[in-house]
Amino acid sequence: MFVRLILSISLLMVSVQASARLEILITEGVNTARPIAVIPFKWLGEGSKPENFSEIIGNDLRSSGQFSPISVDKMPKTPSNSQQLDYALWHNIGVEAIVMGEVRPSSKAGEYSITYELLDVVTGNMGMPEYSPVMEKRRSSVKKAQLRQFSHRISDVVYEKLTGVRGAFLTRIAYVAVDRKSSHPYQLRISDYDGFGEKLVLRSKQPIMTPTWSPDGRKLAYVSFEQKRSQVYIQDLYTQKRELMTSFPKINGAPSWSPDGKQLALVLSKDGQPEIYVLDIMTKALKRITRNRVIDTEPSWSPDGQSLIFTSERGGRPQIYQVELTSGQTKRLTWEGELNLGGTITPDGDNLVVVSRHNGSYKISVQDLDSGELRTLTKTQLDESPSVAPNGSMIIYSTVFQGKKGLALVSMDGRFKANIPAKNGDVKSPAWSPFLN
Amino acid sequence: MNLSMISKSLLIALPMLALGACSSNSDSDAESAETNKAATEAVEEVSVVETDVIVEVELTEEELMVQEYTAAILETTINFEFDKSAIAPRFTMILDAHAKYLVANPDTSIVIEGHADEKGTPEYNIALGERRANSVATYLENMGVAANQLSVVSYGEEKPVNFGHDAAAHAENRRAELTY
Repeated sequence: MFVRLILSISLLMVSVQASARLEILITEGVNTARPIAVIPFKWLGEGSKPENFSEIIGNDLRSSGQFSPISVDKMPKTPSNSQQLDYALWHNIGVEAIVMGEVRPSSKAGEYSITYELLDVVTGNMGMPEYSPVMEKRRSSVKKAQLRQFSHRISDVVYEKLTGVRGAFLTRIAYVAVDRKSSHPYQLRISDYDGFGEKLVLRSKQPIMTPTWSPDGRKLAYVSFEQKRSQVYIQDLYTQKRELMTSFPKINGAPSWSPDGKQLALVLSKDGQPEIYVLDIMTKALKRITRNRVIDTEPSWSPDGQSLIFTSERGGRPQIYQVELTSGQTKRLTWEGELNLGGTITPDGDNLVVVSRHNGSYKISVQDLDSGELRTLTKTQLDESPSVAPNGSMIIYSTVFQGKKGLALVSMDGRFKANIPAKNGDVKSPAWSPFLN
Repeated sequence: MNLSMISKSLLIALPMLALGACSSNSDSDAESAETNKAATEAVEEVSVVETDVIVEVELTEEELMVQEYTAAILETTINFEFDKSAIAPRFTMILDAHAKYLVANPDTSIVIEGHADEKGTPEYNIALGERRANSVATYLENMGVAANQLSVVSYGEEKPVNFGHDAAAHAENRRAELTY
């Protein structure tokens, strides 16, 4: 069995290529995005700067849809620390905040010492000594290989200081790439949220579906058809160790990791129709949650882990329902739209993200759970697989644009949109990781 | 008819009678034996009749199948309407042919693959694909095929045959496939 597994698939955790295959292209900006200056960090060492910090931070803030970093040629000056900073120069061009920093080789070999500051221009311009314009000032020693990651951490700090919401720039996405020219066309990959650092997790001659992250960000559960039938596996991203979770007759699908990391909700059709089950990962004990004569699928945990959201045809067309796990009490959540699929509750518990069909088009939509109001966020027709960023700011999903299947981003309010086109083949089934720090 | 006409007719008819009498005796006639001499000699040389080997008209396995089960046995794809799993009348002939084959060959088993178009979510489409494959399995069982000859797997929208994204591509991808 083990030998067969190795032959039929190859397990790899190698860098696919140095440059990003995925790239965020903003298609719809927000005109209320706040102007901000991310000044190029000053390099105080020999040779060239080890990483382009300001570009990474600027791109992060821009792709959040909430900030509009000004270009370097519009900057009146490019200082690297806040001593004797002329805030009026920046205030006059409408900049709200400044990010700046200095990088020098650390006393430890292979490490760099990075200092950065976040400055509030309005406060600085008022010049009142009792109010400091310095919102954040930190110094860290960082290994060379961690410089890009550290830049995302700076973005997280800046975003949180300026919006009050935790940043989600140090996160990853998992997705399935289909390259029909490859000997192993179906490829499960992960990359940083911005498409950099892509790694191959698993490639197979048969389909791979529905990756879902463990809450600690170390593992993925997914569906693999490597044995020409559906099976659910868990794979550790760091050790590459795989474990077969379910291999019942017929459907083994739609895994979703519980918030406490101990259980998987999934779909099995071994007893007839597709039904929702909860599997204890350690003991493999199965608990059946739904029981009826129609399709129940796409389970997703509520943030508190007390209930499951799922798609059911019990009312005729598929709609989203919620079942309390202790009482088994079930209620219907969606009423608008011809049908609703793939529901997931946002991390704050306030909204339900769904794929909603209107006039035959499948669109990412958000329903306010209190008022029941449903808002359509996208203009495309074949949206699927929405996955919400861990800070609830953005939804990544799969869609067809310009005749190709690829990933796209939309902010929770629908005002910011970006495409993430694949360089070759199709890309689908995105899953946004939890916070990794 | 006058006399001269009769005599003219006889002038033609008489020699004809003479010819006829001559040929009717030809079997025992020396002269005719002489003309057949060459052929008789040839036969005497091998002393038996000669035949030639002719390659038998051998039907291909496909042609034999078609003879036995109609041309529908060569079709293995059943298409479905959007969001539907009912088998359209134009596909029953295909399933009838396969049912007849499977009943006649109880040791043969097939896998029924269910597929969906890309509309809707992937996991819902897995359920939809299975419903289609089940619908085919039920039809075959109703035609007398044993349940243990049939297994079902749904690939949902993961294995399209047409990689396009228009209505025609979607129609082609909504299908069940019989694989032996």
